[in-house]
Amino acid sequence: MPPRRIVLSALLLLASPLFAAGDNHLVRGNFLEPESLDPHASRGVEASNILRDLYEGLTRTGPGGEILPGVAREWRQGEEGREWTFVLRDDAAWSDGSRVTANDFVFALRRALSPATASPFADNLAVIANGADVLAGNKPPEALGVEAIAANELRIRLEQPVPYLLSLLAHHSAYPVKEAALEQHGSQFTRPGNHITNGAYRLRTWAVNERIILERNPHYWDAENVAIDTVEYLPIDDEEAEFNRFRAGEIDITQTIPLRRYESIRKEMPDALRVTPYLSTYFYGFNLAREPFRDAPKLRRALSLVIDREILAEKVLGAGEQPAYALNPPGINDYSAPRPDYADWTMAKRIAEAQRLYRESGYSDDRPLEIELRFNTGDNHRRVALAVSSMWRKHLGVQTRLAHEEWKVFLQNRRQGEVTQVFRAAWVGDFNDPITFLQLLEGSYPLNDYSYDDDVYDALLAEAATTSNAQRRASLLKKAEARMLEAQPLLPLYYYVSKHLVQPRVGGWQDNIMDHHATRDLFLRDLPMETRSRP
Amino acid sequence: MKRYILMRIATAIPTLWLLITVAFFLVRFAPGGPFDFDRALPPEIEANLLARYNLDAPLWQQYVTYLGDILQGDLGPSFQYRDYTVNELIAAGLPVSMLLGGLAMLLAIVVGILAGSFAALHRHRWPDHTVMALAMTGISVPNFVVAPLLILAFAIHLDWVPAGGWHDASPVYLVMPVITLALPLIAYIARLTRSSLLEVLHSDFIRTARAKGLSAATVVRRHALKPALLPVVSYLGPAAAGVMTGSVVIEQIFGIPGVGRFFVQGALNRDYTLVLGVVIFYGALVIAFNLLVDLLYAMLDPRVRYR
Repeated sequence: MPPRRIVLSALLLLASPLFAAGDNHLVRGNFLEPESLDPHASRGVEASNILRDLYEGLTRTGPGGEILPGVAREWRQGEEGREWTFVLRDDAAWSDGSRVTANDFVFALRRALSPATASPFADNLAVIANGADVLAGNKPPEALGVEAIAANELRIRLEQPVPYLLSLLAHHSAYPVKEAALEQHGSQFTRPGNHITNGAYRLRTWAVNERIILERNPHYWDAENVAIDTVEYLPIDDEEAEFNRFRAGEIDITQTIPLRRYESIRKEMPDALRVTPYLSTYFYGFNLAREPFRDAPKLRRALSLVIDREILAEKVLGAGEQPAYALNPPGINDYSAPRPDYADWTMAKRIAEAQRLYRESGYSDDRPLEIELRFNTGDNHRRVALAVSSMWRKHLGVQTRLAHEEWKVFLQNRRQGEVTQVFRAAWVGDFNDPITFLQLLEGSYPLNDYSYDDDVYDALLAEAATTSNAQRRASLLKKAEARMLEAQPLLPLYYYVSKHLVQPRVGGWQDNIMDHHATRDLFLRDLPMETRSRP
Repeated sequence: MKRYILMRIATAIPTLWLLITVAFFLVRFAPGGPFDFDRALPPEIEANLLARYNLDAPLWQQYVTYLGDILQGDLGPSFQYRDYTVNELIAAGLPVSMLLGGLAMLLAIVVGILAGSFAALHRHRWPDHTVMALAMTGISVPNFVVAPLLILAFAIHLDWVPAGGWHDASPVYLVMPVITLALPLIAYIARLTRSSLLEVLHSDFIRTARAKGLSAATVVRRHALKPALLPVVSYLGPAAAGVMTGSVVIEQIFGIPGVGRFFVQGALNRDYTLVLGVVIFYGALVIAFNLLVDLLYAMLDPRVRYR
């Protein structure tokens, strides 16, 4: 603590509880207040960070992003990957001491898919037999393909082979919930005291918009390997404020960093800065249902060719982002995204080809393409839009009008597709599999904002979905992605990175593409508070 | 007096109803809805959600249901914070906002009156000019400009106070938000006090007091200040409203978990019930404050009596 602050604190007669937090107490910046601590109701990253500490699914993500056994100790597949049997740990327990059984998962999965729950991620779980019908209300939740064969044995039947099932089951939408707590407390079941969870931690305090404090769950099956006693999540959506509090030693792990400080942080606090590729892509979408991009693959390709993604990633963004040529980011399990031919061309060759395609599409200096580029209001999005539009103008003479809108207005316009031409988009993978990205462009997929509708693409995805051979599946998906990239319904720009500041006293941190960092995998080195880093 | 209070409460009801109605339809006409997300919800899930919150009913029907719920004191569930009702959220933020607003008001009244009296007693000399120049600045510079400047100076350069946040109402976290919130009020109260005190000091009864041989300080303290403060008192109603609207910005900048922050987040998330709840709550509060001020006025000024 700086001496000046001590003096002032004394002057104000402060007992300052914050600076005297317990030794084995971890403080994490967490962007926003979570919308819910009900695993079937929550949606955002903020909630999933906290839920990861509170709950444990059949599987869990390990410190390196790998899938590890969770409540399930082992599993086996039958019927060509359409039937899975999970054997649960006998010592898996809820925070009230009761045992976690297969029935808890049957209850939870039925609840997750029940229309009454309206769980935002339920569509991912619709791969379970009858899942889609249950979700649509055509069949009762009891029809779902999950059953408890014994107290410690759960069987899940699937509509088709799902090679990423273990990843899916580690997601918070597949966590178990305690039926008795729900029945007793109803909508109040997530409050401290009522909340019964089966993870390494349990809820101690929830002060809305202020802090959430979790404490070690003594009944957790692996409690002896949990090092940190208490963890505190702070909703701080102002990255500058979060950074200042990190610098003052009040926060151990930040959710992000202020972008404009990236360079100085890199120089002054290199040990604390963690920048890692993230399962997320930033791109522009074309509205294929409207002019001028309807039936104009050459024009779309021309616009893609002239974008210098290296400059975009290094100069315009410059915080470790990677140039993107495909929709799927690097680092996905058993998959490498296709690389379009032009990615390895020189810029001069790309520009010449682009100009040719541009002219073939009927545009010229006298009759330039006039388009509108729409994005949601934000400093970064504006900078990217400015850079891209100036590349278009410089090399092709395209006249771009930049239109930015408040987030929800933008989302509505993008979804309706009545006014959009080129628009900003991004996607974060729900789980580590290429399908979470590729299904975006399926003709019938409700989140397809591009009006891309290609039978061959859909057929490739459908074929991949019924294949239990991992290699064959990957090659089918790769073929689909390559085909889609050639048609260019979207324009990949860059791959996101996750950015955190982590105090040197925090041990056990491993960078990973999922950006999952469960508190149970961390520990605190025995450093007195005074030695915390201060640039 | 009792009749007067009842009358005022009776006229407040149509005002509130009008506020609710206008706010209800305004938030609905904003583009985008509570369940529009980047990872858009599949249609069947969105339909389930809309049904769950009665948003699939015709708008007039939702309006009628909503009015009915309000009559029972129920502001509905929050769409964004699914584990809480709007009543619970406002109750959670209220003590924080009250503390912040109360301290800001107190600071504004004390400093404003002192500064205003000081300026009046040194009329047309440099202390007067300094105070009035500062007051003019305080009124004209908005708090969203003042706040980052204060953070830069006192939190980052001098490192005296935290840049933001909140911890069990610990005073270090209160200093800057309270000052930022109070600044425009201090300025306004100082100007009011000055002009009103000057006017009073020129009236006959003050001349009489002086003629009796009372000292200048006693004249001000015992005779001039009380009538001079009447305009300040009548300003307290609007000031309370100013503190509330100001706290919307301040709570957002300093990351304070008060009611104002829910208003901003509610608006951004199209959390209809939360936005409406806060609007209604603030509206009711402003009406109540104004009533209170009018009653206080009657106590201070014997010429004012209500029939």
